[in-house]
Amino acid sequence: MRVELLFWAGCPSHPKALADLREALADTGLDPDCVIVREVDDELGAEAEEFVGSPTIRIDGLDVQPPGDEPTGLTCRVYRRRDGRISPTPDPADLREALRAASSSAGARS
Amino acid sequence: MPAIGEHAPPFELPDTDGGLHQPGGAPATVVVFTCNHCPYALAWHDRLMAVAGDYARQGVRMLAINPNDAERYPRDSPEAMRARVDRGDFDGVPYLRDESQEVAGAYDARTTPDVFVLDAEGVLRYRGAPDSDHDDPAQNAAWLRAALDAVLEGRAPDRQETPPVGCSIKWRG
Repeated sequence: MRVELLFWAGCPSHPKALADLREALADTGLDPDCVIVREVDDELGAEAEEFVGSPTIRIDGLDVQPPGDEPTGLTCRVYRRRDGRISPTPDPADLREALRAASSSAGARS
Repeated sequence: MPAIGEHAPPFELPDTDGGLHQPGGAPATVVVFTCNHCPYALAWHDRLMAVAGDYARQGVRMLAINPNDAERYPRDSPEAMRARVDRGDFDGVPYLRDESQEVAGAYDARTTPDVFVLDAEGVLRYRGAPDSDHDDPAQNAAWLRAALDAVLEGRAPDRQETPPVGCSIKWRG
């Protein structure tokens, strides 16, 4: 399983997002240190990475909260928590759900 | 940047209908730099509007200012600002456009949100975040409320400055 966190340093949310992601990995029995962390630092990079804001978390290439038609760019990403609140980071429950789904489809393939 | 205890820079900025607003004329004025696209500004928004409503009966004014470069961040365009006002997001709080970014520069605003409390004489009494956690609505903008309570009682807030937390102001390149 490939777990990636892409961030832009101009937004202060990535340390919390990384901590939440590592906790979700541990909760689902996966290695918390497997996260590939990459910085996006210019608009060209954002376009090339299809980066719609910081943080962006992808598991096996799939965004944990698909961004729809959000434009790419260097900005803070807006997430919606399960209780409807707006947040700079994904809902930890969404992270765990995405990890479990990726884990079961990897298991089904093997 | 105005220091705590110094006069804050005067300004006059247009709201989304073109009406002009200045700080002052109130026992306290809250100047909050904010925007449309930042999750921190959005997460704190309802708490800030609740402060405006709760303290309006004591004559406190709140002015929300969007200073971001709308060319690079179209979600902060005047049209997008007007749409939020028309939706009722600002509940009577003027949403002002700092097109030149001069006011944000004069205040040394760093993030959205970044909150400043001025007393009746226009002296800066508090600057920083609304409370300690954007992710916890129960915080209820406690730092801002405490600062306003102090100013309305004619004393210095116990906490006069906190680090602003949020998205960086989007300055023009």
